[in-house]
Amino acid sequence: MMATATVERTVANSAGAPKRGVLGRVIDRLGGGFLQALLIVVALFWLMPTLGLLIVSIRGETFNNSSGWWTAFTQPAQLTLANYSDLLATGFTSSFWNTIAITVPATLLVIGIAAMAGYAFAWIEFPGRDAVFLVVVALLVVPIQIALIPIAKLYGSLNIFGSIPGVVLFHVAFGLPFAIFLLRNFFAGIPKELLEAARMDGAGEWKIFATVVFPLAKPAIASLGIFQFLWVWNDLLVALVFADTDNQPMTKALQSQMRQFGTNVDILAPGAFLSLIIPLVLFFAFQRYFVQGMMAGSVK
Amino acid sequence: MASIVLSNVDKIYAGGVKAVNDLNLEIKDGEFMVLVGPSGCGKSTALRMIAGLEDISGGEIAIGEKVVNHLPPKDRDIAMVFQNYALYPHMTVEENLAFGLKLRKMPKPEIQKRVNEAAKMLGLDQYLKRKPAALSGGQRQRVAMGRAIVREPQAFLMDEPLSNLDAKLRVSMRASLNTLHERLGVTTVYVTHDQVEAMTLGDRVCVLRDGLLQQVDTPQNLFDKPVNLFVAGFMGSPSMNFVTADLVRTDGGGAAVTFADISLPVPESTFTEKAGLDAYIGKQLILGIRPSDFEDAAAANGHSGTTGWARIPARAEVTEELGSEINVLFLIDAPPVEHKDTVAAKDADEDEETIPLAGDKSLWTSRVNARSHVRPGQNIELIVDTHNLHFFDSVSGLAIGHPANAGR
Repeated sequence: MMATATVERTVANSAGAPKRGVLGRVIDRLGGGFLQALLIVVALFWLMPTLGLLIVSIRGETFNNSSGWWTAFTQPAQLTLANYSDLLATGFTSSFWNTIAITVPATLLVIGIAAMAGYAFAWIEFPGRDAVFLVVVALLVVPIQIALIPIAKLYGSLNIFGSIPGVVLFHVAFGLPFAIFLLRNFFAGIPKELLEAARMDGAGEWKIFATVVFPLAKPAIASLGIFQFLWVWNDLLVALVFADTDNQPMTKALQSQMRQFGTNVDILAPGAFLSLIIPLVLFFAFQRYFVQGMMAGSVK
Repeated sequence: MASIVLSNVDKIYAGGVKAVNDLNLEIKDGEFMVLVGPSGCGKSTALRMIAGLEDISGGEIAIGEKVVNHLPPKDRDIAMVFQNYALYPHMTVEENLAFGLKLRKMPKPEIQKRVNEAAKMLGLDQYLKRKPAALSGGQRQRVAMGRAIVREPQAFLMDEPLSNLDAKLRVSMRASLNTLHERLGVTTVYVTHDQVEAMTLGDRVCVLRDGLLQQVDTPQNLFDKPVNLFVAGFMGSPSMNFVTADLVRTDGGGAAVTFADISLPVPESTFTEKAGLDAYIGKQLILGIRPSDFEDAAAANGHSGTTGWARIPARAEVTEELGSEINVLFLIDAPPVEHKDTVAAKDADEDEETIPLAGDKSLWTSRVNARSHVRPGQNIELIVDTHNLHFFDSVSGLAIGHPANAGR
């Protein structure tokens, strides 16, 4: 009796083992502590350039030109905030505000327009809906580069070439296809009965959009917002073509600080670090919206 | 509250599928009307047309004497309970209940009052601040009901609201629904594919099949006087037994219906009840007997020997003991009736498993008292209540002598 029970258990074990992932078994072998240590090392490795950038940005110019940034660990006296005050003195702040003035409207407009368009494509019946949606999706493959010259011409005749609205418009136009595609598919996944229930409760399309669909789509909208924000924030190409010097964002301002021989790293480093920190803050601020299971409890 | 009248309503989907075909139905003020039928019979479509969620292809729907064909759902003043509840997941129970009232710009104190009343009625008081995700299936179902109740609409529309609950909860919710309807007295249209639910809930039941109305009547009348083979086979569980039989005059001057090697006497009263039945003497027809009209002769002391009860010897193939009764399945030496109506009704009943082992014999079910203690393989003598025999035309499938079929 005992023997059979043992045999059965072994059989069950050996049958069950292959189902578990390789990673799971590795964790069992080595213990969770080791894995955590490994992950921390990897994370530190990835953070290294950013850390270097931060330290370079707060070291004096002479030190940066003569020794590596890691020497700051043993000689904390190297550290100074002078680079940042120098940076502000160069008029870098105006390019910072330009970046804000480009990125914020370009993100909000894309979210707003794409949410409405996505709702219409997902839930409102109109003739030719699927064909139009297909065209929108097809626009995803249009590369930005082929549009540069025609749109520059167009902007010229519209007198918005070089201006911030021009840059925003370009970003909105090229951000929309993906945004519509993403949100339409997310909206289409919302149970139909929810919208019908709202309709029975007395809601029109606008009310349904604002009180049911939009709140439920928060995770998708937050992700889309972050991505769009990053694309526009980090864009250099569009800014180089369409923004003149008064309206240039940080990316272009930093690029203009590059020299053929040597770098003025004391300007570049703090500028680059500033342009890096804002999206990071934003990401952590919206992080809580990336939660799963927003639909839980609605149906069934 | 209001009556709902459907006149010649059609629904034709793109592609030409006729989901609802010339439906005429009058739901009286305060009535609980159940639409029942197998899946794809058009019952949900009919309900959604009343709600305004589907366009009406033809005909007219009036709620409270107002034609609503082109009114959007929000202007029809009706509330709907969905099969999967469709609660707003980002709102608390309280907000879910209040949503429809807020949209109608009702003053806040009135909203509060109605929400509290409904919550109390449904036992949801302590869950008002919770989100739907934190509720059990039954509680979610009650929130969905509550959302309809607070609106105090002209009519409730319910689309299989209990089918996602487990069996026990479904029975208790069924009772609550009955009480609720009693108390509120609001016109209710209720869609289900479960004929037990239809029988227990409906003031009247409307049986649909392939978009065509079959019969509208009280549950008892549907059971006792089905209009055709489909209704006879669909309503009642276990379903009615059918056999192709001959109606003959016996030597004694009485009538009898014969099939296999069995002959059941037909009481004279049956001929007066079912006008036109005498025209079938000497012809074939389809005989239907409800399982509940059988009894085990040995166990039913009182009935045996009295008039109107005929005996059928049988061998129990399978027995299903239900505690209070036993379903005895036995074979009749006659081919199964392959009328399109009986086939459709059988397909529809999901609980019914088809037993392929019967060969070209018919497998019949009788429901006998548990006292019978019959075991599989045992020979028993069944008695049949011959007053409750059902006769159907073997071609059209219509019940012979049913008032609704006169002239058809």
